[in-house]
Parts: sequence; C-alpha cells; structure tokens
Amino acid sequence: MTEHTTAAGAAGRSPVLDPADCLIEAHRVVRSFGQTPALRGASVSVNAGEILAVMGPSGSGKSTLLHCLAGILAPDAGEIWFDGRRIDTMGEAERSALRRDQFGFVFQFGQLVPELTAEENIALPLLLAGVRRTAALERARPWFGRLGLDGLELRRSGELSGGQAQRVALARGLVAGPRVLFADEPTGSLDSLAGELVMNLLTAAVRDLGTTVVLVTHEPRVAAYADREVIVRDGTVNTLAAGRVGS
Amino acid sequence: MNVPLTLLGLLEREPSHGYELKRDYDAYFGRGKPLPFGQVYATLGRLARDGMVEAGEAEPGAGPDRKRYAITEAGATEFETWLAEPVIPEPHLQTVLFAKVVLALMLGRQAGQYLDAQRAAHLQRMRELTELKQNGALVDALLADHGLFHLEADLRWIDMTAARLDALAQVVSRPVPEITGGSR
Repeated sequence: MTEHTTAAGAAGRSPVLDPADCLIEAHRVVRSFGQTPALRGASVSVNAGEILAVMGPSGSGKSTLLHCLAGILAPDAGEIWFDGRRIDTMGEAERSALRRDQFGFVFQFGQLVPELTAEENIALPLLLAGVRRTAALERARPWFGRLGLDGLELRRSGELSGGQAQRVALARGLVAGPRVLFADEPTGSLDSLAGELVMNLLTAAVRDLGTTVVLVTHEPRVAAYADREVIVRDGTVNTLAAGRVGS
Repeated sequence: MNVPLTLLGLLEREPSHGYELKRDYDAYFGRGKPLPFGQVYATLGRLARDGMVEAGEAEPGAGPDRKRYAITEAGATEFETWLAEPVIPEPHLQTVLFAKVVLALMLGRQAGQYLDAQRAAHLQRMRELTELKQNGALVDALLADHGLFHLEADLRWIDMTAARLDALAQVVSRPVPEITGGSR
C-alpha cells in the first residue's frame, strides 16, 4: 500500500488513492480501548462496487477496523475518508447522519428489534430516516420474495429461525439502498447451509444493486465470496497477504 | 478415481454401450478430465477377461463398438464390496507446505511471507470454486464443496503454523539429537 504522510484536508480529497477507484480509505488508523491498542496504524482502501473481506485471528482488530471505517468509532489517530469526505474529524451527529444515509449494517446476531414484526424490522432504517410508515413497509415488502422470506412478514424475531432472522437483518441492511454494506461475521451464528444461503443472497443482492461491501469474517469459505481479502494482524493490515495472487 | 469400479457401478444400473458409459462417467466424474474412449474399451475388455462383465453380441451399425455390456454376479459382488468399504482417510500431512516452512526457518528466511502467499493462493482457489458453486449444477456444487472444505482445512493449518512460527524457529534451530539404538 502506498504511504503518504501529508493530510489533504484542504483539497477535500483522499490523500492516497484516486477517488474514482476508491470509495473508502483508512490511512494509518490507530485506536485503543483504554490501555489496549486495537489498531496500530492500519491502512486499507475499499474500491467502489467491490466486496472486500477483512480477515484475521480473533482479537486482531478486524471488527474495530470495520467500526472505524463505518464511522461508528472515531480513531485516536489517522485518517478515514469516504467518497472524498474525511469522516474521522466529523462530529458524532454528522457521522450518525452519514451512517443512516449512506451505510447499511449486518451483524453476527441479526440484532432485530424483538417487539417489531419482520417487515417492520426491515423497514426500520427507512422509518428512522423519516419515511412514512406505509411507504416504508411498501419498500420493505419486495425483500421477502427476494430473500426467500415470503409469508414471514408478520413474524417477530422469536418466531424466525436463525437463518431467516439473518436474512431479515440483511434486508434491513440493504432496504435504504446504502452505498456501503458493512457486514460483521454475518454468518457467524449459522450452520454451513444457512450461512451459504445468506452469502448467496447477499452477493446476488449487492451485485444487483452495485453496493460496496466490507465483510469481516474469520471463515475462509465466507471470504471466498469476496473479490479480495485483506488480513488484519496485531492491529495492522497485512498488505503482503492482500489481494489476488498474480495481480 | 477408480475407473474400473466406477464403470462397474454404472453397469449395475443397466447394461450399457461403451459410449453411454463414457457419457455418464464424464457427466458425473470427469469434471474437466473426460475419459478417453480407448480407456473405456480397454477397461471393459479387462473387466470381461476377469469375469466382471459380459459383452453382448455386436449389434448392427457403424462405429467401433456396438456391444452392450452387462455386469456379472462376480462383478456385482466386487462392486458391492468396494462400495461398502470406507475410503482410507488420507493423512494429508502437508509435506510440501511443512517442508517449505521448516526449511525457510532453518535458512533464516521469512516463513511468514511464504505462508501469506500460500494463504492468498488458497483463497483465490476458494473464490474460483465458490463461483463454480454459484453458477453450476448441484453436482458441481457438491464437488466444489469438497474442494472448499479441504482448502479451508489447509488454511486453518496455515494460520496455526503462522501463529507458532517463533516457537517452530527455535525448534528447528537446535541440532537434531543423534539417533540411538535400533538397527541400521
């Protein structure tokens, strides 16, 4: 990965890569939790439209990297750019708006709201963005057919299998048409077949929509759905292992 | 792939011509490595010689072989015995990967870099097999799965080894103890 030492805030452009290719870029990101360093100068770029797998051992910092790239965590040092905008210096309100308007999320345990039905869970990002309930549910409905969830619209999360709940979570992550989907171990709680179904549906949907994906996983079989992988080790991105062999 | 026993298994369904056997073999088991016609007929000839199959009368028509082959009782027994036997689990001791890592450490090279390159190569192959799974028939998907699970096992070994490189470097830097006892 190319190294640059100068910030380019004045120019309003990413300091490292051509924004035409690069949608997200982290540059020498440092983040600690108390005295424990999680990221020690991690640099990574994500190209528009690609699925990037972020791999690494437990505790290597891969989830922290995802949270920094997604504007959930602010880094202690370093720069993070999204589509030409520097997000690590944004205030919480601005980052929150960015997450709501541009990003979608899927986590290991669907984290559906148990009081809501499946269709309300899918519509939730739209409702939070101010879309009226009828319109939001209308936009949620096509996702049931798309993800093989027909007939489950009115079920609550406790009435769904793990695989069904995760597909609802996937639909919720994509319903608002995000530029980037951040998926943190999206199949981690599923058996092989259910996980495979989620990954097949995820990749088909994001290819169709042109969504960029940052996919954190420790499972090679899941990473194999990505276009490219980077390995996080001891809080840094192992660039030697990144990318395709021969490229 | 055991070609004679696989052909016997195909004949267990129904008597077949050589070209039918080749067609079905290639569809299910060939996977980029079709069975040459010559090998089909040579194998059927050996199976007939050993009493495992019987060749019917030549049927009228053009072509090199118009015979229909049927499995014999001895052939069916042979096939059933083979089918019932568990496949010997291969040790897959990763001898090449292991040798490269040990030699790299012995010679003071960057074994971690070698493992990183190997990991990337494995993941690239896994991407290809995943694409095959997504675009292929169920038979292709099952074969791809077989490859994917084996590659995943390799990757686990690579990760475990990468995490133990420092300890392994200490082990291989020590002189190997003299072999004592035993006959030469």
